[in-house]
Amino acid sequence: MSELLQFLFSGVTVGAVYALVALGFTIIYNASDVVNFAQGEFVMLGGMITVFAHAAGAPLPLAALLACLGTAALGVAMNKLAIEPARGAPVVSLVIITIGASIFIRGAAQLVFDKQIHSFPAFSGDDPIRILQATILPQSLWVIAGAVAVFTGLWLFFTRTLLGRAVLATSNNRLAAQLVGINTPFVMTLSFALSAGIGALAGVLVTPITMTSYDVGLALALKGFAAAMLGGMGNPKGALVGGLVLGLLEGLTAGYISSQYKDAAAFLVILGVLFFLPQGLFGRKSTDRV
Amino acid sequence: MKTFLTTTAIAAFALAAPAMAEIRIGASLSATGPAAFLGDPELKTLEMLVEDQNARGGLNGEQIELIAYDDGGDPNKARTFATRLIEDDEVVAIIGGTTTGTTMSILSVAEDAEIPFISLAGAIDIISPVKPHTFKTPHTDRMACQKIFEDMQKRAIGKIGMLSGTDGFGASMQAQCKDVAPDYGIEIVADETYDPKDADMTAQLTKIRGTAGVQAILNPGFGQGPSIVTRNYRQLAIDLPFYQSHGVASDGFIDLAGAEAAEGVRLPGTALLVADLLAENDPQKPVVAAYKAMFEEKTGTPVGTFGGYAHDAWLILTDAIGRAGSAEPAAIRDAIEATTGLAGTTGIYNMTPEDHLGLDLSAFRLLEIKGGKWTLVE
Repeated sequence: MSELLQFLFSGVTVGAVYALVALGFTIIYNASDVVNFAQGEFVMLGGMITVFAHAAGAPLPLAALLACLGTAALGVAMNKLAIEPARGAPVVSLVIITIGASIFIRGAAQLVFDKQIHSFPAFSGDDPIRILQATILPQSLWVIAGAVAVFTGLWLFFTRTLLGRAVLATSNNRLAAQLVGINTPFVMTLSFALSAGIGALAGVLVTPITMTSYDVGLALALKGFAAAMLGGMGNPKGALVGGLVLGLLEGLTAGYISSQYKDAAAFLVILGVLFFLPQGLFGRKSTDRV
Repeated sequence: MKTFLTTTAIAAFALAAPAMAEIRIGASLSATGPAAFLGDPELKTLEMLVEDQNARGGLNGEQIELIAYDDGGDPNKARTFATRLIEDDEVVAIIGGTTTGTTMSILSVAEDAEIPFISLAGAIDIISPVKPHTFKTPHTDRMACQKIFEDMQKRAIGKIGMLSGTDGFGASMQAQCKDVAPDYGIEIVADETYDPKDADMTAQLTKIRGTAGVQAILNPGFGQGPSIVTRNYRQLAIDLPFYQSHGVASDGFIDLAGAEAAEGVRLPGTALLVADLLAENDPQKPVVAAYKAMFEEKTGTPVGTFGGYAHDAWLILTDAIGRAGSAEPAAIRDAIEATTGLAGTTGIYNMTPEDHLGLDLSAFRLLEIKGGKWTLVE
């Protein structure tokens, strides 16, 4: 019993990390149908900037705020310098541009920062919380809380605010959105800023658990992307559920079958789900009018 | 007319030759890419030592030129650079191959061209079977397993659980440990793995703890994985003896895992980590202290085992060129093979035609972390 609980805790810890990364994908995807493969780099920057600002003497909350704002600014720059000039290019080209941006950011990070592995102290200490013989670290709760907060924020943003609806409208039909008076370039800029900021926040929250270095982005983005696909790309609920399901699958496979098969089992389930539900668990059905 | 031109050309070369007298040594290291945290200190070490050697008048009265390429950890690039070093740069010896993958690429090129090559990578396959021109400085992961099992034997531990990273280092050491465990009467009752980028390993550790008869846990791996495993180990309050590998033998490991979580962790490491604890009459003391002081002053970062490997490769090479009194590749090769009693940071090298590593188990010191500091177990 306590073993099962420990496997679940392990799965939830890992799953919350994936969910937080997956949530970052949703805004840019909703605004432009582009899967931003530089999302992992935003997560890395969140962690790295916090580490270096903290080491330079800034208190942790200020360092984290700096990291989120700095990364959001970088997201805007990426949109202005790389995505906007390619306006009108097909989505596939834009996706490839984001891959290029991710390689560039990774390269720049190893020059600006360094190539070592870093971490900073957990927000509420390292003493594990004990529940029925199983333990979970307080930082895992921070990550889960962060994922839920970001999810709630995004859900409210997309369903309750005019701006959120403007983002969705832009994604649906950019020309029509422009015709009804939506400032589409602003919507794109905003979505990159928000996505980058959320990515950086994820980096700040997960670094005490996963640690960070200039190259953590790729692996995180890959798992986050898998989680987002499983849940349904573009849907915050999908990202949250997809991430947690993926984490739990890994934890339970590692615990009950063998850790050798943990990634394989998770990806098999994803393949199975996508075979029957190509839009993911909560993906919207797209109907193209012809 | 033609004869005249040729003669002039030869004369010109003959005149220019003394001014160009220099020993060209090549290096292909992974200063960037996934193995950058190994290759970066290695490159800095070599550059620092070359500068120092030249400032002291060079070697055999000749200046040394280091031609270093960054292969980014990519074996294909390493092969290209090795070819370029030999054919275009005409080096007399090559140091490098930060990882086993890049080493294997350089190895085949160097062997074909009969250029002496000193690798900085761990795998035993590099020097076993012995290849005439290939040497290496780091101890093998097999030796690390033997050192750990020796200590387990002393503590009467017979059944262990292993949790290995799936990266090249972790997988290779996992295989070697399983291979030598029976020699020490040790049975591996649980064998789990993790991906080097995983965020949490409590599931694997819980499973190992639940396996009947486990008396100790061994975690071969490097990068952030072992730090996370160590934290998870304390999180679960497992009170079995815990062993790490030489892959995390650096101060960075204690910082990342946290002094509290790392308390009591044992691992095989080099003398470099415990420079201050070495006995005054320890033959490695002078070389270790000198390298540590020089590297830390030059770079402002603490020394690590990996930079030490590059230091030792350089030491072996310059020692051999000095003894050979010549910078011809064949003479260097013969001299390297005759290296005896050369104290490096990793251990004391005694090369033979059958052994192109030249270290024994005494090169490893068994260390234990106490109060956030390394201590010697022996």
